[in-house]
Amino acid sequence: MIKVEGLTKRYARNVAVKNISFEVGKGEIVGFLGKNGAGKTTTMRVLTCFLPPTAGKASVAGYDVIEQPLDVKKNIGYLPETPPVYPEMEVAQYLAFVAKLKNVPSGDIKKRIDEVCDRTSITSVKDTIIGKLSKGYRQRVGIAQAIIHNPPVLILDEPTSGLDPEQQQHARQLIASLSGDHTIILSTHILSEVEQSCSNVIIINNGEIVAVDSVANLHKRGRATETVSIEVAGATPGEVRQRLEQVPGVARVVAKDAIESASRDGLAAFDVECMENYFLRPDLARAVVQAGWNLMELKTVGESLEEIFLELTRSELTAKAESKTEAKEGAVLTQ
Amino acid sequence: MRNIFTICGKEVRAYFASPVAYLLMALFGLVFGFFFYSATAYFVMEGMRQQMGGGSLSVNEFVVSPLLGNASVVGLFLIPLISMRLFAEEKRTGTIELLLTSPVRDWEIILGKWLGAMVMYLCVIGIAALNVALLFAYGKPDWRPILTGFLGLILQGGCVLAIGTFISTTTRNQIIAGAATFSICLLLWVLSWVSSYNDAGWAQAIAYCSILTHFEPFSKGIIDTKDVVFYISAIFLGLFLTARSLESLRWRA
Repeated sequence: MIKVEGLTKRYARNVAVKNISFEVGKGEIVGFLGKNGAGKTTTMRVLTCFLPPTAGKASVAGYDVIEQPLDVKKNIGYLPETPPVYPEMEVAQYLAFVAKLKNVPSGDIKKRIDEVCDRTSITSVKDTIIGKLSKGYRQRVGIAQAIIHNPPVLILDEPTSGLDPEQQQHARQLIASLSGDHTIILSTHILSEVEQSCSNVIIINNGEIVAVDSVANLHKRGRATETVSIEVAGATPGEVRQRLEQVPGVARVVAKDAIESASRDGLAAFDVECMENYFLRPDLARAVVQAGWNLMELKTVGESLEEIFLELTRSELTAKAESKTEAKEGAVLTQ
Repeated sequence: MRNIFTICGKEVRAYFASPVAYLLMALFGLVFGFFFYSATAYFVMEGMRQQMGGGSLSVNEFVVSPLLGNASVVGLFLIPLISMRLFAEEKRTGTIELLLTSPVRDWEIILGKWLGAMVMYLCVIGIAALNVALLFAYGKPDWRPILTGFLGLILQGGCVLAIGTFISTTTRNQIIAGAATFSICLLLWVLSWVSSYNDAGWAQAIAYCSILTHFEPFSKGIIDTKDVVFYISAIFLGLFLTARSLESLRWRA
């Protein structure tokens, strides 16, 4: 549905996106993940024909963004970072305006407005002036606007930014409910969002793609070795450490933050790193209990997507620092 | 075509949803009303004096023609206030992204916006028409010069609005757009002065670019092709520059 090949976007003073390529298949929800200024918005703007690429190709639904911009635009619903709403208009009025712009046949406009209002749960504010709506409602009007012409491709730039946690949850559910009919690219810097609603992730850093993978695969990357967090009462930390290190398969026992363990009286807290392919939770539990101590807590510290993300973007940064000329080019996107 | 009307309709609604439309109409009504009153009062006084001498005065010559001239000047002051928001506001609020990512051609957006501004401008000079219409209740002015006068007002307004539309695309700040448009309007107005102190060819050429010199014949009831062509080409130039500017917006980002 979406195909990007060797896309580069250069602004007057910096390079926002450097030679990126990726593909998104029909019906997929792809999370476009990166820190602020990583090049997410620029890439989306190129895909929506708002900005022309400096080099490379991009096509949406089989249409090239440079050669056939009108066809691309017909097939896209786009929610920019700030919802593009006119504060002086009423919600229904605004949606009717957008529907007309997007070539929805006049006869269908009313029906489509009712449908998208229902879907984004804004029916109750349909006759309210947009300027008086809260940020959450405004964002939903933005989403309603993007889906009004039922486009095959949806491009959502930070659809949950500025919403409170409950609204974010609603927005994610809404996006998830849109999958299937639509191919969706959504950008975000919130990782849990990607974990919840996306099937695939594209991680972008400094204008370059550092990882393209499914969410499940990314998790596996971090799971080759297991780390177990353990808390024991009834013994001094030294005794506990000694005992744990005797368990076969333990690679390292790391004392948890001194402040943290000191604040809890009589508790010895450790992170136990296991060797590859050892899953030691039962063994560790047995070791503690057989020694006559109390096992207070035992859990796997699965590497979260967050850590993987930080690792990926950090390693990219250190690689940058090594080649100084490259580092100077480091793209800082000014929006 | 449908896209043009969609955007035009949206613009007109935007003017009337905010106090802008009413304020402009009220201000114009106030200023033009004063001119109208002064002109007619003077005409009545002068008319009586002339009658004692046996002559008579033409309403068209003494009231309508100068009034239309006044209207065109007041228009020059108000038009920047109409055109300044056209693109500057969309750029500031980010709604320009909606327009430019919709399946609409650039010239449809531009024409729609310009037409919307024209409708607003017509509402403003409609106030002048109301005033002038009062003359028909008390006298028999010739309606033809009035009609050509209003045609001139419309053409002149369209030309200044086109320039204002272009300037509005160059900034996201409405005040800058308004002030720049106003300065240029003022300059285009007084350009004709050049010809009064210099007879050289270039001075004549500059004076020819003055917006107001082309308006005068209209207020006297003359539709001269060269004036119509001047205004229409100025409108095209303004809208053409707008299109270029909108396009460069994408490349410069």
